[in-house]
Amino acid sequence: MNKFAMSGRRIAHIRGEKMSAYFDLSEEERLIQQTARDFADSEVAPMAAENDANGQFPRGLVEKLAKLGFMGMLIPEQYGGSNAGNFALVLALEEINRACASTGVTMSVHNSLASSPIVGFANEETKKKYLPKMAKGELLGAYALSEASAGSDAASLQARAVKDGNEYVLNGTKSWITSGAEADLFVVMLRTDPSERAKGISAFAVERDTNGFSVGKKENKLGLRASSTVQLIFEDARVPAENMLGSEGEGFKIAMWTLDGGRIGIGTQAVGIAQACLDASVSYAKEREQFGKLIGEFQAIQWKIADMAMNIEAARLMIYRAARLRDRKEPHTKEAAMAKLFASEMANRAAREAVQIYGGAGYLKDSSVERYFRDVRITEIYEGTSEIHRIVISRFLLKN
Amino acid sequence: MKIGVLVKNVPDTETKIRLTADKQGIETQGVKYVMNTYDEFAVEEALKIRERLQDGTTVTAITLGPERVVETLRTALAMGADEAIHVDDPAFEGGDSLTNARIIARVVEPMGLDLILGGKQGIDYDAAQTCSALAEALGTAQALIAVELKWSEDNQSLEVRRRIEGGDEIVHVKLPAVISCEKGLNEPRYASLPGIMKAKKKEIKKVDLTGVGLDSAEVGASGSATRVVGYSPLSERPECRILEGEPVEIVKELVRALREDAKVL
Repeated sequence: MNKFAMSGRRIAHIRGEKMSAYFDLSEEERLIQQTARDFADSEVAPMAAENDANGQFPRGLVEKLAKLGFMGMLIPEQYGGSNAGNFALVLALEEINRACASTGVTMSVHNSLASSPIVGFANEETKKKYLPKMAKGELLGAYALSEASAGSDAASLQARAVKDGNEYVLNGTKSWITSGAEADLFVVMLRTDPSERAKGISAFAVERDTNGFSVGKKENKLGLRASSTVQLIFEDARVPAENMLGSEGEGFKIAMWTLDGGRIGIGTQAVGIAQACLDASVSYAKEREQFGKLIGEFQAIQWKIADMAMNIEAARLMIYRAARLRDRKEPHTKEAAMAKLFASEMANRAAREAVQIYGGAGYLKDSSVERYFRDVRITEIYEGTSEIHRIVISRFLLKN
Repeated sequence: MKIGVLVKNVPDTETKIRLTADKQGIETQGVKYVMNTYDEFAVEEALKIRERLQDGTTVTAITLGPERVVETLRTALAMGADEAIHVDDPAFEGGDSLTNARIIARVVEPMGLDLILGGKQGIDYDAAQTCSALAEALGTAQALIAVELKWSEDNQSLEVRRRIEGGDEIVHVKLPAVISCEKGLNEPRYASLPGIMKAKKKEIKKVDLTGVGLDSAEVGASGSATRVVGYSPLSERPECRILEGEPVEIVKELVRALREDAKVL
């Protein structure tokens, strides 16, 4: 062991008491969590199964969420947001996702992927134009990076933006766009320089009713059925040059910075769904009888429940820490990747075990765990697959 | 109009209440506290009155208790209350409803409140006495268990629909008055995020024993006319028996069991 590792450990030890600052909730954070919890239980949860079955986007819920300030959590107060920050967003998102992952992803994408890069990189005029309406929920946001042939290899994207006077002319197709069927404003990454790879990409805020811009049909998905996933089609769509976020060539960096936040949100979604799995499992274990006793009295079930609870706790703390780091503007790419990866994998295990505890009943559409099982699968895929996150993490460890 | 709202910090209804080993109190370790459910109706009603009048009406949330109760004041502020007062002193500990009402009376007297709203009862000790005792101490009108308030044109009096056994009673009340609120009065709002962020910046006024101008012998356990001598949990529900078989057989067995086992026939 080298002396640097030793000193590192000592510092961590000295900092021990300060570590709790990552995990302790302040008074207002507890209030935000409580409001989100009450809202999730009384307004979101009762509609989740029906919206899932009908593929019905929870428009009314989004309006109510906006009224409470949950759609402007990363928007500064001068633009009508609550500026509550990433940590508060994580607290709220866990509760909403516990009730309905489709509503949760809509809220996560709007806050982290759409409003956040506009706050961070749009010019003053664009911020004034869009942010107050986004905070009020009048403009629903979406984020468009992926293409049919540019998924994990996002930097290979082909959709073009070509400058023409004070405008850019957009051509190409984006795929897998969450909330795309309903969104009003899209943060879109487009190639402005074909001679470069990542450095040839720029980011734009694109309004839905732009001429030459249309939305394709909804994908028929395994889970998150109340949230839409669509293609975006650009055919000579013209966007004002002032709608560019940052400057030309900065789009990929902006996209990655934005995704660091989004990944914390998706990790949170996984924690929320896993918590729902645990709650359902505990209550079923306390009512279902076999062999003359409650199944919760069997060690096989006890161990599953204990493992679920332990992994949820670990994932939650990783998420908390990543969110705190992002709020403090400290480096957090690795921490966000670790949190998202760990949370999504543990949540998939939790959902599998919840269905197992329910037995045949868990395989039926009538049970909530059947929906959790389908909804949770995507958390290992979108906003960076598990494989991509392992690459991100190992890069930090092996570079130089 | 100046409105005061009494709020109380009580264990969440989902919390499992356990007695301390000596059965003299409730185990507070691990208990989650929230605003008393009925007080939410009181806060909501006060905010609705303020929104209707639009005349600079103020809403002040008031609570008595140790440091943890501040969270409930923050909740009231986050819902939209203008000000908050935290009444706290080690000498207040162990006081009964009457003693606490006297303390609150001292706090609100100089404020010149027109209306005081509170929950019909605390969901913790269920005494349902504070509002009544406060009205007595202040010498104002009182109307308890309100499900509807109908204001006169000049907003100086109101008709209160009270829920009583088997029906409602409608009483005419002149201000100043104390009114306790029942479920059904309104639909309490959620604390919004902007509300929570604003509440963070609002100052909570502290009032202690000196501030209320009472002697320590008049407050807390020593100033109380009643004293809790102990708590006992409800006896466990006996095990439920489900009779199976043909209806004729079940009825026979039921009658036998009621006669011979339960001895109720």
